[in-house]
Amino acid sequence: MTNFSGMEQIIEITYLIATALFILSLKWLSSPATARRGVFAGELGMLLAIAGTLLHHGIVEYKWIVMALVLGTIIGVPLGEVAMTAVPQRTALSHAFGALCVTLVGTAEFYLRTPDVPRFMMGVLSLEVILGSLTFTGSLMAAGKLQEVLPQRPITYKGQNIVNLGLLGVAIVVASMLVAHPEKTQLFPLIVGIPLLFGVMMIIPIGGADMPTVISLLNSYAGLSAAAMGFVLDSKLLIIAGALDGASGFILSVNMSKAMNRSFSNVLFGAFGQEQTAAAAKQEARPVRSATPEEAAAILAAANKVVIVPGYGMAVAQAQHKVRELYDALTKRGVDVKFGIHPVAGRMPGHMNVLLAEADIPYDKLLDMDEINGDFPQTDVALVIGANDVTNPAARTDASSPIYGMPILDVDKARTVMVIKRSMAAGFAGIDNPLYYLDKTLMLFGDAKSFVGSIVREVGGGHE
Amino acid sequence: MKLDLLTSLYVFMLAAFIGFEVIRRVSPLLHTPLMSLTNALDAIAVVGAIILAGEYHAHGAMLAKILGTIAIVAATSNIVGGFLITDRMLRMFKASAPKKP
Repeated sequence: MTNFSGMEQIIEITYLIATALFILSLKWLSSPATARRGVFAGELGMLLAIAGTLLHHGIVEYKWIVMALVLGTIIGVPLGEVAMTAVPQRTALSHAFGALCVTLVGTAEFYLRTPDVPRFMMGVLSLEVILGSLTFTGSLMAAGKLQEVLPQRPITYKGQNIVNLGLLGVAIVVASMLVAHPEKTQLFPLIVGIPLLFGVMMIIPIGGADMPTVISLLNSYAGLSAAAMGFVLDSKLLIIAGALDGASGFILSVNMSKAMNRSFSNVLFGAFGQEQTAAAAKQEARPVRSATPEEAAAILAAANKVVIVPGYGMAVAQAQHKVRELYDALTKRGVDVKFGIHPVAGRMPGHMNVLLAEADIPYDKLLDMDEINGDFPQTDVALVIGANDVTNPAARTDASSPIYGMPILDVDKARTVMVIKRSMAAGFAGIDNPLYYLDKTLMLFGDAKSFVGSIVREVGGGHE
Repeated sequence: MKLDLLTSLYVFMLAAFIGFEVIRRVSPLLHTPLMSLTNALDAIAVVGAIILAGEYHAHGAMLAKILGTIAIVAATSNIVGGFLITDRMLRMFKASAPKKP
C-alpha cells in the first residue's frame, strides 16, 4: 500500500487532529457559553495543520512562504479589527480572499499537471476554478455594495437573466471540452475569465436588502470550491473543512431566503423593489398618531412587558448604546424588556445580535423571531426602532403585497406599538406599512439616537 | 499520481452530513460569528498553497511560486482576521447578571 516515511505519518496525524478540532470548534459554537473554546480549538487545529505542512519533506524553499505568511498576518490583523457595523463587508471580502486562494492554486495545478490530467481530476479542477473565480468577483462586488462604494440599488436591464445564464453555460461547455481534452491549455483562461465576469454580473441586479442571502450563498460557494481543491490535491483535511463551510453557508442561505419568503432563484434572478413604487405612492395622506418623547417615556415606564424590535436603521443611527441605556433604565424600574430580532435585521445573518451584544445587552434578552412572536399578545409596548418591512402586517394579510407570506414580527399584536422613524418614507423594499396607521400605533418622529436619548432622560429622571 | 476518488467522495459526504447536523444546532444568535469562524477554518486551503509555493517543480516553477505566494497571503489574512474577529465578537456576548443571590 502506501509507503509513508516517519515524517509523513506525523504530518498526516497533525491533519487528523486538526480535522477533529475543526469539527469540535463548530460544535462548541452552538452556545455562547462554550463558543470561545470553539475559536481556540479552531486556532489550535489551524496551527497544527500549518506546522505539519511546513515539515513536509517536499518543500525546498521557505523564503517565499515565510514572507507570505508574514504579509498575510499584516493584512489580516486590521481585518480582524474592523467596526462591528462593517463586519458584513469584511466577511464578503474574506470570501473573496478565500476564493482567490483556491482559484490561484487551481490555476497553478492545471499548468503544472497538463497535459496528463485524468478526466475526473479535470472535472473537479474546473469546478474549483469556476466556483472560485465567480465567488471572487461576486464577493468583491458584494463587499463594494455593502461598503457603499458601489451603488446599492439593483441595476437591471432587459434579458439580464439570459445573459447571465448564457455566460455560466458557456463556462460549463468550455469546462466539459477541457475534461475531454485536458491538453488544450488555451481553453483554460476561459474557465477563469468567464466566471470572473459572471460573478460581477450576478451581483449587479441584487439590492441591498438581499445581501444577507447573497453573503451566505457566496459563503457556501467558497466552501465548495475549497472542497473541490481538496479533491484535486487529495487532501482529506481540505475536503472536510470545505464541506463544513459549504454546509454552513448553505444552511444560512436557506434560513435567509425563508426569512424573506424568497426562493434562491428569486433572489438571484429577480430584482426586488421595482414595480411597487406606484402602490406605495397611492397612500400618502392617511392620518397617523404621533407622540413626544415625554409621552412615550410615560407609557414605557408604566408598562410591565416591553419588546424592542431593532432594525438596521438603529445601527445606521448608531443608537444601540442609547438603546442599552433605555434597557437599563426600564429594567431598573422593574419593566421586563426583551428584544425581538428578525433573521434579516442587519446586513448578514445574526448581525443585529452582534451589534446589540457590543452595546452590552445580555444575550439571553435577544430572542429570535420564532421565540418572541408568541409573546406579543401579552406585551404592553412593542417599540420598533429603525425596522420597517419585518414588522409589516401586510405580509400576513394582504395577498397583493410583494412581501406577502414573509415571516414577520407580530408587533401589531402588542397592546401599544411605538415606531421611531425619521419620516413616513417607505422602507428598503419601497412598500407602505399599514402598521403605522393603526389606532394603537404611535409614531415617534426623529433620529433614533436622539429620540431614544430623550426617552431615557424622561424615564431615568422620574425618581419616586 | 493515484487518486482514491471513492474514498474522497465518502469523506466529503460524511463531512457534509456532520456539517449539517452540527451547524443546525448553532443558535441564530451566533450566526455572524459562525460565518467568520467557518471562513477562517476554510482558509486551511493555505496548506495547499504552502506546498505549491515551496515544492520543487521541474517546469512552471515561477508560476507556482508566484501564484502560491499570493494564495498564501490571501488565506493567511483570512485565518488571522477570521479568528481575531470571531473571538472579538464572542467576547461581547454576556449573559445577564443573576438577579437574586
